[in-house]
Amino acid sequence: MNDMTPPKAAQQHLKIVGTRPLRPDGVDKVTGRAKFGADIHVPNMLIGKVLRSPHAHARIKSIDVSRAQALKGVKAVITSADLCDLPSEFIPAGEMMVNFKDMTRNVMAREKALYEGHAVAAVAAVSEAVAAQALTLIEVQYEVLPHVMDVAEAMQAGAPLLHDDMFTIGVEPRPAKASNIAKRVEFGFGDLEAGFARADVIVEREFATKPVHQGYIEPHACLASVSEDGQAELWCTTQGQFIVRAFCAKLLGMDVSRLRVTASEIGGGFGGKTVVYLEPLALALSRKACRPVKMTMSRTDVFRASGPTSGAKIWVKVGATRDGRITAADALLKYQAGAFQGSPVQPGAMCAFAPYDLENVRIVGFDVVVNRPKVAAYRAPGGPIAEFAVESVIDEVALRIGMDPIEFRLKNAAKEGTRAPYGPKLGPIGLVQTLEAARAHAHYRAPLKANQGRGVASGFWFNIGGETCASINLGEDGSVGLVVGTPDIGGSRASLSMMVAEEFGIPLDQVHAIIGDTTSLGFNFLTGGSRVTFSSGMALVEAARDVIRQLRERAAKIWEVAVEEVEWVEGHARLSGKGKTLSLAELAKTAGKTGGPIIGNAAINATGAGPSLATHLVDVEVDPETGKVTILRYTAIQDAGKAVHPSYVEGQMQGGAVQGIGWALNEEYIYDDKGRMENPGFLDYRIPVCSDVPMIDTVIVEVPNPRHPYGVRGVGETPIVPPMAAIANAVSHATGVRFTDLPMSPPRVLAAIDAQRGA
Amino acid sequence: MAKQHVTTTVNGDTVEFLCETEQTLLDVLRDELYLTGSKEGCASGDCGACSVMLDGRLVCSCLVLGVEAAGRKVETIEGMARGEVLHPLQQKFLEHAALQCGICTPGFLVAAKALLEKKPNPTETEVRYWLAGNLCRCTGYDKIVRAVLDAAAVMRSA
Repeated sequence: MNDMTPPKAAQQHLKIVGTRPLRPDGVDKVTGRAKFGADIHVPNMLIGKVLRSPHAHARIKSIDVSRAQALKGVKAVITSADLCDLPSEFIPAGEMMVNFKDMTRNVMAREKALYEGHAVAAVAAVSEAVAAQALTLIEVQYEVLPHVMDVAEAMQAGAPLLHDDMFTIGVEPRPAKASNIAKRVEFGFGDLEAGFARADVIVEREFATKPVHQGYIEPHACLASVSEDGQAELWCTTQGQFIVRAFCAKLLGMDVSRLRVTASEIGGGFGGKTVVYLEPLALALSRKACRPVKMTMSRTDVFRASGPTSGAKIWVKVGATRDGRITAADALLKYQAGAFQGSPVQPGAMCAFAPYDLENVRIVGFDVVVNRPKVAAYRAPGGPIAEFAVESVIDEVALRIGMDPIEFRLKNAAKEGTRAPYGPKLGPIGLVQTLEAARAHAHYRAPLKANQGRGVASGFWFNIGGETCASINLGEDGSVGLVVGTPDIGGSRASLSMMVAEEFGIPLDQVHAIIGDTTSLGFNFLTGGSRVTFSSGMALVEAARDVIRQLRERAAKIWEVAVEEVEWVEGHARLSGKGKTLSLAELAKTAGKTGGPIIGNAAINATGAGPSLATHLVDVEVDPETGKVTILRYTAIQDAGKAVHPSYVEGQMQGGAVQGIGWALNEEYIYDDKGRMENPGFLDYRIPVCSDVPMIDTVIVEVPNPRHPYGVRGVGETPIVPPMAAIANAVSHATGVRFTDLPMSPPRVLAAIDAQRGA
Repeated sequence: MAKQHVTTTVNGDTVEFLCETEQTLLDVLRDELYLTGSKEGCASGDCGACSVMLDGRLVCSCLVLGVEAAGRKVETIEGMARGEVLHPLQQKFLEHAALQCGICTPGFLVAAKALLEKKPNPTETEVRYWLAGNLCRCTGYDKIVRAVLDAAAVMRSA
């Protein structure tokens, strides 16, 4: 059931949705009581550790584990031989695709090590110290191979080949020779040549971005326990316990029903915890040792072997008439996938020009493997990279035709009915509203001083729905327990409880939210794609309405009337026109006598996730002596559809903006000439700190999503789409130099200023 | 080498533990005393998730050895609330929605408490620089700074 009519009357008299109550899991998180991935200890537990490749690209000739195995206190050693090899098969996983042939090789190198930090073996021992010592006793014979790190170099004929069986998908006829180009995608329509011929102004630019890490503060961690009869339990920090179960069962050759996965509290993910790294290794070690095995990643391992998102090269060309109408738009995106296919180039290509209503548009994208860690989803995967380039060019076109950049965007803004560059017509979206709010904001008119500049950029993200199950269990005292299968990464227990309380018309503290393990519900897709408040909310509303229907039936039975005569009003069954009522608590108490316990379940494929659009304003100051860029003022404006808990919507907007500030100004993977990462720590990979940023002002626009009972759109990802372009535009206006390469770190900015000054 | 026997004070209680000489105070708190409120985000003193007070001074417990705690006073997030009553900082973090995932929260609270003990009326800039050793990837710091300033105001008027 997906076409849920929003309860119009209820919408107008919302009592809980739209307010700002304290989150139900809050006390546990401010007292240190909440249990995250690494916060669990069980009796008889072993510690697992991973041996990682020191080489960026090397054939594994042999692995001798005998000396490690013989060390006192070592209880298991595994290599790729302990995991299943699997055929190449693409499985859609939300915003990304997975391929089990690659997955089994990424969690444990098989024929070759494909990046520095690639796992090659693992041990479980009685202590961390013994496990660390055992790793030094594993002898791996490598044949070091030439490596390739740059996307353009990797695409050239004669580049070191990562996979000799990779033939570019999406090219007809199928290439005869293997290459590092995994896939070509193309979207668009119209006549580009005619469009550009009509343009008065054409801007064409090349851009480059570096890989950046999701940077969650909690490293990956898990604890696996496999019993002698093959039944297994796994506790881990993840965005999706059901996805972990599916992936691990496949890699270990188990039935999913034999594996129970419990998601711990999760210390940030941003897409980076949608895949498995340690989990199948811990299970394989535990299976061998028949004891529980705990594994955690160091921060160095997190940087070298998990995430990040793609570095990319992008080319964009946009033509427009003097009166401000875009006539044609063309883009070429080349994304690094890391060592295995699967960069987010496809979603990047799809959303590149999605904020605009275009007649002639084309986007071509390439997914390219390089000797870097395999990319994982990162908040609006692919979108920020593409829109950094597009929104920079849009800004420049506006400048060239002498039009205000917001006015130019408004003249071309996508709206309901616009055909998106990737095909379908868009439903109601809020881009125009965010642009108008930006134009009306005091920030947009505030004066600027010397060396300061203001930038504007908009951003689009699809959002997803997907497979979702949820339960509502009515307690015998009338309290309401809800169970969902989507880990709470930033306040969703609050937003989900609020919608349930609103449905029942009861106080919020009568509702208790639980994140269920994989045995407690049917399959749930993960926390990602900004889908939780949308999808789990939709499922819970359906389950709540089912419970309310049953409550009305019970009341009808007690009153000996037809169920149609019973209404549900503010937590009570009410007999129409008779003034008789029964409270939720009274109905719950007597449930045993009126038909038994009352529960509600929903199992849905949530569709109709509305795209969320945003416009960001930023003021910067550039120090002409050092090249340092300071963020002076920042305003994020976004369409939330309906902000269920506005504080946590604002939090998403603020957090995404600041992650974007890091991407724009500081963050990058730096490698030496041997392909070894030189900055795998928070000292040298510098994410924004508190003193780097100002307050992030927010404006929530609400253009309800008609496909959700409360009008909700996902809000989590869109906020990271506009910042890089907004900041680049601001820096360009402050300096008079167009910045096309990220990050705009002080040495780069200074070099560009010096070049302009002719220094 | 034999484990070391250490006697120390944690959150006002006398505590004894055995530890390897190379174990950090953070390792000891988490793995020997099961006080897992202090988090390991980096083990290199860069993220502040393991912040504790040692003899009244804010430290990263990942940069202190377990044996160094001998005879000293350690205060962790687990000792911040008094019975059922949350510390004003804890309360204000909840009211301002100053946490999303919550992994950095204990470190921020311990560090912010140390600030307010030294400086009951900090400016926004002082709060930002004092907390610059604590990384948060979720919030963009806005609501954290507001919560600390609000808690400071409440504590001054208490």
